[in-house]
Amino acid sequence: MSYALRSYEFWLTFYRRTWRGTVATSIVNPVFYLGAIGVGLGTLVNKSGTTPGGVNYLSFVAPGVLAATAMQIAGTEASWPVLGSIRWTRVYYAMLATPLRIRDIVFGHQAWMSTRVVSSCAVYLAVIAAFGGVHSPLAILAVPACFLIGLAFTAPLAAYAATCEDDGAFVVVNRFAIVPMFLFSGTFFPVSQLPKALEWVAYATPLWHGVDLCRSLTLGTAEWGLSILHVVYLAAWGAAGLTFALHTYRQRLLK
Amino acid sequence: MNAATELPLVHARGLVKRFGDLVAVDAIDFDVHKGEAFGFLGPNGAGKSSTMRMIGCVSPPSGGTLRVLGLDPDKNGADIRAQLGVVPQEDSLDLELSVRENMLIYGRYFGLARKLVQERAARLLEFVQLEERIDSKVEPLSGGMKRRLTIARSLINEPDILLLDEPTTGLDPQARHVVWDRLHELKHRGATLLLTTHYMDEAEQLCDRLVVMDKAKIVAEGSPQELIRRYSTREVVELRFASERPPDDIAGRIDGLARRIETLSGRLLLYTDDGDRTADRVHELGVQAQSTLVRRSTLEDVFLHLTGRSLVDE
Repeated sequence: MSYALRSYEFWLTFYRRTWRGTVATSIVNPVFYLGAIGVGLGTLVNKSGTTPGGVNYLSFVAPGVLAATAMQIAGTEASWPVLGSIRWTRVYYAMLATPLRIRDIVFGHQAWMSTRVVSSCAVYLAVIAAFGGVHSPLAILAVPACFLIGLAFTAPLAAYAATCEDDGAFVVVNRFAIVPMFLFSGTFFPVSQLPKALEWVAYATPLWHGVDLCRSLTLGTAEWGLSILHVVYLAAWGAAGLTFALHTYRQRLLK
Repeated sequence: MNAATELPLVHARGLVKRFGDLVAVDAIDFDVHKGEAFGFLGPNGAGKSSTMRMIGCVSPPSGGTLRVLGLDPDKNGADIRAQLGVVPQEDSLDLELSVRENMLIYGRYFGLARKLVQERAARLLEFVQLEERIDSKVEPLSGGMKRRLTIARSLINEPDILLLDEPTTGLDPQARHVVWDRLHELKHRGATLLLTTHYMDEAEQLCDRLVVMDKAKIVAEGSPQELIRRYSTREVVELRFASERPPDDIAGRIDGLARRIETLSGRLLLYTDDGDRTADRVHELGVQAQSTLVRRSTLEDVFLHLTGRSLVDE
């Protein structure tokens, strides 16, 4: 593992150039979202009195957007930086000229992506708490939940990015996977509102499991059985993605 | 006598690299010994870089035997790479980081302590004459400076072998000479250098021994002087003509004046041991060349003789 830490250290150094921008984004974004959707739109929703579990709309939507944020940061971190490390900065090749191995490059970069996801989501959770959207001490567990959501996306997406020749594919992934999941995986409304067939599609997405897990934690309604299912499902995506990534990185970098 | 000191640092027998149907390296044999500057000379696509990547343990051989520092790259890649310095054909520097940060990060990949890396970085940057740029970003540096930084970076782990893949390709003549000068200095300090190049002058300048590669195979091996002696003559007379093809009758008229005659685009090369004398006799025959040049034989002539093609004209 210490070898992977060496590649992690690169990403940390690299990040020191841009951290100011990302810190601002990670605070401003949740404030805007929770303000506009939670408070603004929420006022309308609350009037109709149809939120599941009877909580106000902000408390319903906030953990959903939290989980979706984990996914979105994961999507960004696992696409351009991966392709760039192969095509533009060639930093993966620099690492491969040293004792670092493919697995160190993969795990080091994945650990870095997780760091970005987890730190941003921790800030997000704090903002949710400030808006009064946290109803249980269990909410703190939403941070490790976001780690799992992140991994469920960073691992398979990085594996895929390592096979790409240019960044055109990322737009497609974003348009046909990330954005639909963001909108229809229980983030803004319960998936039971969807037509039956689509409801089952939503249950298959990793994001729905992440949303439901985060929501049950911030609302304090988590049950053991369903929570374990969510954790296992997300971890399975992560594990499969890592295996896939080790393969695609090897294919791409060790020719 | 200690047998261990005689083991070659790089040992290849029947080494093969295939990419699908393409054979990039076709069963080559070579040994590189400690303290040698060993070169792979050949045109683009001859298999030089593929060979280099196999030695650098980033490209699994498709067949044959390869040992680097006595170890098998398939099994001990990371251990071998810990003892190598690599100067790749394409720079892999981080342009937005400073010269110092590039050195520091690279040293950390080898697991070296920060303090040690700082010390070595200062010394190595002085060695490549970049000490004044230590806090500058890499992006604005010239091509030659970037290459020198890459060389300094590759030395951060005090490698047993330095691999240089086309170390001066793309540099202007002045920058090339600075790089050569630094590599000469490393040679004098006893470093083992492995380099690929398609410049004859680079091979002649730097290599104690080299192999000439063409179409995935090694076609000759020796020191630059040996190769010139074996495959060429001491001197060459170049007759240059204004037209692309030298007049047809000339070849017949000068036949017998030289040991061998090569016809290239716009010029004839006469291989001879006494260039001035041959040039005089050509003039006595009344051959009207636009210009006549008498020069020493180079590796270019060796390559031409071995492959029938010019190395640089592609």
